[in-house]
Amino acid sequence: MKLSITAPDRRSRTLWTIAGCLILFSAIFIGAWLYGEQALMTSLDARKLPPSWLHPFGTDWLGRDMFARTLAGIRISLGVGLSAAIFSSFIALILGLAAALLGRSVDTVVTWLVDVGMATPHLVLLILISFACGGGARGVIIAVAVSHWPSLTRVIRAEVLALLSSEYVTLSRQLGKGPYWIARRHLLPHVVPQFLVGLLLLFPHAILHSAGLTFLGFGMSPHTPAIGALLADSMRYLSMGLWWLAVAPGLVLIISVKAFDILGNNVRAIMDPKTQRE
Amino acid sequence: MLEAQQLAFRYRDELPWIVNGIDLDIRPGEIVGLPGPSGRGKSTLAKVLGGYLLPERGSVRVDGAPLTRSGFCPVQLLFQHPELAVNPRWRIGEILGEAEAPPAALLDELGIESAWFERYPHELSGGELQRVCLARAICSKTRYLLCDEMTSMLDALTQAQIWRAILNIVKRRNLGLLVISHDTALIDRLCDRVVPCFADHPDAQIDNLPGDQKDQDRNSGEHHREEADIPPDSTDRPQTGIQL
Repeated sequence: MKLSITAPDRRSRTLWTIAGCLILFSAIFIGAWLYGEQALMTSLDARKLPPSWLHPFGTDWLGRDMFARTLAGIRISLGVGLSAAIFSSFIALILGLAAALLGRSVDTVVTWLVDVGMATPHLVLLILISFACGGGARGVIIAVAVSHWPSLTRVIRAEVLALLSSEYVTLSRQLGKGPYWIARRHLLPHVVPQFLVGLLLLFPHAILHSAGLTFLGFGMSPHTPAIGALLADSMRYLSMGLWWLAVAPGLVLIISVKAFDILGNNVRAIMDPKTQRE
Repeated sequence: MLEAQQLAFRYRDELPWIVNGIDLDIRPGEIVGLPGPSGRGKSTLAKVLGGYLLPERGSVRVDGAPLTRSGFCPVQLLFQHPELAVNPRWRIGEILGEAEAPPAALLDELGIESAWFERYPHELSGGELQRVCLARAICSKTRYLLCDEMTSMLDALTQAQIWRAILNIVKRRNLGLLVISHDTALIDRLCDRVVPCFADHPDAQIDNLPGDQKDQDRNSGEHHREEADIPPDSTDRPQTGIQL
């Protein structure tokens, strides 16, 4: 079979994909920063306009530009998702390392917590915590952070336990290496990529859940142009034919979530020596 | 001398003994064979001798002193699967220098090319990787090498190359060598002496070994140097025509 010469190899394709995702996210942040003001500005002359060149995503029933509102909304969702994912993955890192390194009783407790966390219905837990914390961005961040650490904790615990019993780590001890040297040179290069990829793959969950909580009314206040709030508002106008109120923010949400997913998978591919040079 | 006295080991109190009441000694420069069928505890014994596992009873002593629990262990173990014995995220150059940078002469002798240094372990073949592990284990402070089925998964040609290199190095550095294998023909060919620790089972092929003759050969002193130059003539192993 003859291979095409012009097609870029997998490595540069992966790098371009990562760059593309990062450009998309910075565009969202810069766009929201430039257009942020317009998200709340009403214009009664331009109510319920379908998408056009002037208003690419149309306008709502108060004449607010949906493009600006979507940008502001996705920026808020990304911000909430980012904070929640970072909090959550740090909880996972600390608990995972503690379970693997601090002996059997700590391991038993952490494993039990993971089981409880995984067995509890997600959405119920999210609603309860967010409601108990008084809603708002803070409530959503705490709810997502507190409910999303179990799976990554498991991954990190398993990774560290497997490493500690692996032949190359036990052999390293016989070569005279101390525990800190082994932790730095043998464990870190394995745990850091797992952690980063786990963190990246937590983003889509966090974003979707923050939008979901807001949509259900347990998240951010309806006055904030969060994606969930936009979608919840649009429900009332869908039957009047204002389809663009739901379609545009929904599409942008799906695209950014998918972009994070793609970013996470590509970062994993680039960090793994097995796929790094393909 | 590497001495094991009345070694006993089991993984947990409620489990049966894997290694029980084993006496073993290896002198510097001596090549000792430890044959036995699979699943009899040869590898566990090797791990106890190499300091990977603590014996429940008995002791392992190196030149009269107990095996050190910290610092470089003078007894180095080589495993059956080299791909598991190296960190998959390290480059070959880092792996080779984990304990100390191996001298260029040693790398030449083992056929390790400097072009490999930038590669990752999965980019080398099993035989190449096993030679890297060997170079890593042979340090200035290494006194004894325990080869646990070290070449079992390699083809005959690679096996022969690796063993020839090991025999030369062991002779030159006066290292003690323990060859653990289920392949009695290989042990027959390489070793000065055979310890039948795991030969009490009817499946064991140890009875076929010409043990008396071995002892005589060792006494004559020139046994394995001559043998290293003649082709294998073993009875229970297919003829490969490869010279060790």
